[in-house]
Amino acid sequence: MKILVGYKRVVDYNVRIQVKPDGSGVVTEGVKLSPNPFDDIALEEALRLREKGVATDVVVATIGPADCQAHLRNGLAMGANRAIHVVTTQAVQPLTAARTLLKLIEKEQPDIVILGKQAIDDDCNQTGQMLAALWNRPQATFASKVEINGSAARVTREVDAGLEVIDVDLPAVITTDLRLNEPRFIKLPDIMKAKSKPLETIPLESLAVESGDHLKTTAYAAPAKRSKGVMVKDVAELVALLKTKGLV
Amino acid sequence: MSKVLIVAEHLNGKLNSSTARCVTCAKAFNAESVAVLVLADAPDAVAAEAAAIAGVDKVLTVANPANTHAIAAVYAPQVVAAAQGYSHVLAPSTTFGKDLAPRIAALLGVAQVSDIADVLGAYTFKRPIYAGNAIVTVEAPADATLVATVRTASFAAAAAGGSATVEALNLTMELPTHTRFVELQQGKSDRPDLQSASRVVSGGRGVGSAENFAVIYKLADKLGAAVGASRAAVDAGYVPSDLQVGQTGKIIAPELYMAIGISGAIQHLTGIKDAGTIVAINKDGEAPIFEIADIGLVGDLFTLVPEIEAALG
Repeated sequence: MKILVGYKRVVDYNVRIQVKPDGSGVVTEGVKLSPNPFDDIALEEALRLREKGVATDVVVATIGPADCQAHLRNGLAMGANRAIHVVTTQAVQPLTAARTLLKLIEKEQPDIVILGKQAIDDDCNQTGQMLAALWNRPQATFASKVEINGSAARVTREVDAGLEVIDVDLPAVITTDLRLNEPRFIKLPDIMKAKSKPLETIPLESLAVESGDHLKTTAYAAPAKRSKGVMVKDVAELVALLKTKGLV
Repeated sequence: MSKVLIVAEHLNGKLNSSTARCVTCAKAFNAESVAVLVLADAPDAVAAEAAAIAGVDKVLTVANPANTHAIAAVYAPQVVAAAQGYSHVLAPSTTFGKDLAPRIAALLGVAQVSDIADVLGAYTFKRPIYAGNAIVTVEAPADATLVATVRTASFAAAAAGGSATVEALNLTMELPTHTRFVELQQGKSDRPDLQSASRVVSGGRGVGSAENFAVIYKLADKLGAAVGASRAAVDAGYVPSDLQVGQTGKIIAPELYMAIGISGAIQHLTGIKDAGTIVAINKDGEAPIFEIADIGLVGDLFTLVPEIEAALG
């Protein structure tokens, strides 16, 4: 069984995002870049399925500029068998990403595709669902537990009402939620080993993907700040204030 | 002029208030007409609720046993068929809508706008990125169907008082059977629903244990409030994950939000920034939660919370 994992590079989640003063974007120069945390969880799940003997081949794929190679080496060091780098200098929107991943699916014929539920930069939460639709296959989004039973997967999903369990026939797209697993740390020898693992580069143009980048971002702004309120000294003052506001 | 189709979210025969919030969003760009689509096994009760929302012109129903559970792969092709002639398809930015809307957009071959937080025009919206640390203005093409999810905390629910017509659609299409519902595990609770409650009491890591969470529940019951939690409290196993408030949990806008023993990580603050009044109780006076709280009180929650209960009489 083969698993394809989407592995996006994003601004590290610890970076405090600053909007440029002219509103043309957010400051990304010189900030730390890391794998999207949900994608690390996706890769970890694929590796665990391989360790359980369910899968044999784990392929990580990314769509991004030339310097994403180091990022993919990170995925290989974590344990992926090989990597595919679709090279483009443009940031692609989810529909384009899904169409591109579909091309990789046609080439690789995976049994399971695992993606993060969303990237923590654009927070779109779309690519997995779009890919499943274009592929005409099931989607199991926001997964917090995955069990493979032969030709189907039983997936527990984190939904607003609680935990929903569904069965999906394979092949299928699964997107990860936070509690699916805790990704492993990469050890030094694995970084060395990753250097000799296969990494294929494919120019995005060569895949003849119809662009789905239909949205134009025209302005960036810092979020409206809540003003700092008052500090009260005791419960009596707090309750009195809440009563004045008609809240209790 | 915009003709808007809203996909109704419902569970156990009840319409979710997120649907009425989508109506308010549609009205914000002066939609010419608003229709609500109810996909269900037996849609009548939900359709009647949707028809009573002020501003809804028409309710469309598709009765089909395949629609008993909201399976995106089953719903999406039906929405696409029903959306013919509509300029906009909206769904709430809840797990229901997030699961479904991109599947609809991909079938239509259009981009999707996620998490509309503000409306500047029928095709121009503001939405949060980077966990709410930046707000972008996005423009979608006006010559394609606009598919979007609506950040429910940003829009009040449209009031009752409508009397829309209900029309049954007869969609004949083959629906996939590759995705099957097994079960929904719901925390049993007679407390108000976290997503729509007007008062919420939340506990964080400072509560210390699942047993200690009893103090949060007691105060919530006194106030008739829903109970929430920070990610730290959920990760520590104090409460189930469906109580999580924040960027990766529920984004809520109650009139009163009480954050107890919550330090206020950015991802938590993102989930509550539209709340009316935020009260923070924490023993650390330097905690970031106090930067955004309307009312702050420094001290030991195990002393203060029972005192609040007593003071409420």
